[in-house]
Amino acid sequence: MRYLPTVFLLLFLKTFLWAKTTPICSDCEVKSILEGVQRASDFDTLLIKNGTYKEFNILIDKPLTLLGENYPIIDGEDQGEIIRIVSDNVTIDGLFIINVGTSYTTDYAAIRVVKSENYLIQNVVLEKLFFGIYLEKSNNGKVYHNKIIGDAIDEYNSGNGIQLWYSHNVVVDRNIVQGVRDGIYLEFSDNVTINNNTSANNLRYGLHFMFSNDDVYTNNVFENNGAGVAVMFSKRIKMIGNTFRKNWGTAAFGMLLKEINDAEISGNTFEENTIGINIEGSNRIEYTNNNFIKNGWAVKVLGACYTNTFTKNNFLYNSFDISYNSKLNDNVFDQNYWSDYTGYDLDKNGVGDVPYRPVKLFSYIVNKTPETIVLLRSLFMDIIDFSEKVSPVFTPDKLLDANPLMKKAL
Amino acid sequence: MLKILKYSFYDLIRSRWSYVYFLFYLLLGFVLLFLNNDVSKAVITLMNIIIVLVPLIGTIFGVMYYYNSKEFTELLLAQPIKRSSIFLGQYLGVAGSLTLSLVLGLGIPFVLYGLFKSDAIFDFSLLLVTGAFLTMIFTALSFNIALSNENRIKGFGYAVLLWLFLAVIYDGLFLMSLIVFKEYPLDSFSLAATMFNPIDLSRTLILLKLDISALLGYTGAVFKQFFGTNQGLIISMLMLTLWTILPIWRLVFKSKKKDF
Repeated sequence: MRYLPTVFLLLFLKTFLWAKTTPICSDCEVKSILEGVQRASDFDTLLIKNGTYKEFNILIDKPLTLLGENYPIIDGEDQGEIIRIVSDNVTIDGLFIINVGTSYTTDYAAIRVVKSENYLIQNVVLEKLFFGIYLEKSNNGKVYHNKIIGDAIDEYNSGNGIQLWYSHNVVVDRNIVQGVRDGIYLEFSDNVTINNNTSANNLRYGLHFMFSNDDVYTNNVFENNGAGVAVMFSKRIKMIGNTFRKNWGTAAFGMLLKEINDAEISGNTFEENTIGINIEGSNRIEYTNNNFIKNGWAVKVLGACYTNTFTKNNFLYNSFDISYNSKLNDNVFDQNYWSDYTGYDLDKNGVGDVPYRPVKLFSYIVNKTPETIVLLRSLFMDIIDFSEKVSPVFTPDKLLDANPLMKKAL
Repeated sequence: MLKILKYSFYDLIRSRWSYVYFLFYLLLGFVLLFLNNDVSKAVITLMNIIIVLVPLIGTIFGVMYYYNSKEFTELLLAQPIKRSSIFLGQYLGVAGSLTLSLVLGLGIPFVLYGLFKSDAIFDFSLLLVTGAFLTMIFTALSFNIALSNENRIKGFGYAVLLWLFLAVIYDGLFLMSLIVFKEYPLDSFSLAATMFNPIDLSRTLILLKLDISALLGYTGAVFKQFFGTNQGLIISMLMLTLWTILPIWRLVFKSKKKDF
């Protein structure tokens, strides 16, 4: 037993020092990636030189590094899946993958990771894809700095950019996803960190997640997606410093929250969305330091939302600040800045002396009878809004911001 | 008729009211663009002003001008001139000068701020066209009121009431009926109700061209299907024309019968 450490050391040295780098190119010894993978031993590096490789169904079943030089093109010729990783410790770096097959029965992906750990997928460019990067029951990985540009037209025959399914502790960082069905999609994936991504011009959602708890989203940009961002059935989510912009359309939201509990939403910017945040059945959420700018509805509360707090948010130039469909209110609005606030501050302490009522009578009426929205921006509506503001009758009388700020919260 | 039109037109210009009106819009346009610096955003703000102010000014101006030039009208009536050309000439003089002030007053600042380079040009021209229509409609309506009422106070009262009705009360009644009958499908009703009020019609027409139409949701989709098509645009333009022609026709008809 004395030699055991030595044996391990030797094994270790063998794996790391004797790990080979195999070049792959059209006039090298190894001409295809598949061949390279089959010949390689564990912990080898395949250096894929610039060129076009018409390959699909590349199965990576041992710990390898696939390193592309000057973005070699892997053309799947619409045949099916391109790379499938079924081994731990695989790194994919610097590839340009195009033409993933479209299927109505199988979710073909450009890169699929199945039941593997410690993977790293970075600097990959995907075009003409069905599904992009598909992580399936694979924990502890990193998806970093990839660019996914789809050309999806219809929802039924397009896939998602980055999809996580039962994959925990994954970091998704600095990716750009465009023109697919859902930009980033998570299901049953806990402790995932999603930072600095840009998800834009997607058919359905920029970010879509369900049943995924304890996830953190920071500094992402979601822009001009068909329906914005949908967040459902999850607990203890943190969303910090994200930007939701220009999700504009009759059924578009900046963010849709459904059955989200104990979340923290702070420092986000919601700009020019039809509905900034649509909240349904979500409790104990703290909204702080968010900016709601030029939305149709800044916040639309649809019921069963209790003990949410809105503090130090900026509501700037929205058509409707808050919309409520019930007279019951258990949510707290305090120390927000409202651009529609017309009160005064005599003692100059920066807090308005008259409370602000964010629910306009018109938004109350529209909730009751949606057809009345055709009277948007008519003089009559301005007049009754004003009279309701002076003496509230219909809107929930406890729904007010007792300390509206006179200047924008930073 | 043209001579009288020309006379009325120059009379208004000489009385400086056209200038005041023109300068008001010029200032408004510049201030809006100065504060906003974005042509398409300014169009929205402008719409709010146009659908309220233009009818009001048209109404007040029309009534005022008619009563003011009454003595001159009576003098003209003694001459061998057709009655229809006297009144039509006066009407077109007033409406024409108001429209010109509106179009030039708003047009100049927008052109200077790069309207032709902006994609808001269609929205803006629609805004000006509806503004012109509203001026014509409300001046014609006010001429009618003034013609039917010898008493100036009464005439003014009716004219203001008309504006109040179409700008405010009509929408109130519209809203009430929408709420009362909310169990029924109301799409075609609301379409019809918008058609029968020139102010509402202009408002909807412009709103649907702007991107806040997304706020209108399902009802908006029905409206967009109607107004968004060329057919809908033609129908609403026809409706506005009808709103202009009917009062003018009554003006001519009434003036022929009236005993001065």
